Amino acid sequence: MAAPTTQSVPLKGKKGIYTKREDGRKFTDVRPMTAKVGIVPSADGSASFSTGKTKAIAVVRGPRTLHPQHMQNARTGILRVSYGMMPFSVEDRIRPGPNRRAEEIGKVTEWALSSVVDLSGFPNTVVDVFVQIPQADAGTRVAGINAAALALAHAGIPMKEMVSAIGVGKIDKTLVVDLDKFEDSEFHDAEGSTDIPIVLTSRKKEIALLQLDGKISVEEFKAVIELGKVACDDILKVQMDALKNAGDCKNG
Amino acid sequence: MREIVKMGKFIMPNLQKEKIESYLGEGKRLDGRKAEEFREISVETGVSKNSSSAVRVKYGKTEVLAGVHLALATPYPDSPDSGTFMTSAELHPMASQQFDIGRPGINSIELARVIDRGIRESGFIDMKALCIKKGEKVYQVFVDIFAINDDGNLMDVAGLAALIALGRARMPIYNEEEDKIDGYDEKKGIPLNKEVLSFSMTFHKIGDAIVADVSKEEEAVSKFRLTIAMGDNEGKPRITAMQKGLAGTISDKDMETILKLAESKWSDMFPKIREDVFG
Repeated sequence: MAAPTTQSVPLKGKKGIYTKREDGRKFTDVRPMTAKVGIVPSADGSASFSTGKTKAIAVVRGPRTLHPQHMQNARTGILRVSYGMMPFSVEDRIRPGPNRRAEEIGKVTEWALSSVVDLSGFPNTVVDVFVQIPQADAGTRVAGINAAALALAHAGIPMKEMVSAIGVGKIDKTLVVDLDKFEDSEFHDAEGSTDIPIVLTSRKKEIALLQLDGKISVEEFKAVIELGKVACDDILKVQMDALKNAGDCKNG
Repeated sequence: MREIVKMGKFIMPNLQKEKIESYLGEGKRLDGRKAEEFREISVETGVSKNSSSAVRVKYGKTEVLAGVHLALATPYPDSPDSGTFMTSAELHPMASQQFDIGRPGINSIELARVIDRGIRESGFIDMKALCIKKGEKVYQVFVDIFAINDDGNLMDVAGLAALIALGRARMPIYNEEEDKIDGYDEKKGIPLNKEVLSFSMTFHKIGDAIVADVSKEEEAVSKFRLTIAMGDNEGKPRITAMQKGLAGTISDKDMETILKLAESKWSDMFPKIREDVFG
């Protein structure tokens, strides 16, 4: 368990009606995080990542020959990501199997991870990444990406950089890091809630994933990216610790 | 140019890719536009008299139809006094070699979801005003998008088509006795929060350049795309939605360039777009 660190980025948001978080966190605090690799022994790589009550697991299988053959790329291996929430992960049961939300999140996750993996040494192959959410309290796509990046590293897939992911948002006028379910989808007063999942690369600090819905000024948006950078540094530490603790045995 | 497609992906010959990139290096595009220039936008309404509204929108040669229908529905238990809303997008094989008949692929799912979120989250449709009887009967609004010709940037074209279709949509005539809809009112529009109108602009990174409103050829050699929707906040643009696509990463410098371009393009385009949407 890593204690969430608090680094201060000056909040440019004006004072609004959202002045206190229910769980006592500061606005820039990430929830308590855990990360572990080698959770699925039969896989080539695997990891779990949790932030607060949101839990994600990721499994990597491959590189393995891609079938059908005509989908193969003779120049490079390809990454294929699927994302899903388990039927029991939220209060109302989710019907098993793919849906439009899951397919989109799978695709944006695939884009984010593809930006750092290098499969040019494995032509005609596929690396499958399976992300699943056993328990959700908002921020499932970013938790899934944190787990998936760990699982790829654990599998020994060549990566140019690591990636870390965080949800930043604006609750009424207040900028907030790592939104929980209430902040993400149950706060509707005043200016409401804007959720912004961000994925950043570890060295160049470039944006590998970005989505946004809500209302936010250009200046506030720039501050959001800076908050994301600070939070991702903290998350990266947790990820690197997990990889170090994997020890010599690949399947931990 | 003949399209070469492999596994649903548009393949660009290397020679053509280098040509596009080297042109952009000099600030030029193959079709003569500047990097940040949009194609001419044309709008036609009244495409189908049988619907609440149906429109045709073109950016250059990219063409999309969008229609609105309203139906009677049961409200969701967690919002018993609100109408419901659904967006679908059909990237039909007539529009491009790239598209296939059948189950919606990831491209059409993403397109429909980004447009749906933009409209839903902004509160553009006044859902409460679409309640007929609390907990029992509400109107369901369908926006259906149909691609006719894909010459790049379907996201922005389809997004604008959806907005204009909603802006021009007419209310159904509810026959209470028989509990059905008897066509649409000639004049009365559906309830909209006009002040939250926002539209999307999609920028691509090609070579070292940031390019707006890409053609299909440009789209095929893009490193990443970033869609930004902006609305009006007392005369100034405010971000209402974003979606990054493709595997490239955005540097701080690129982000700065894109935000500046988006703000200035928004100021140029918003008055005309507001006119197109509300007539």
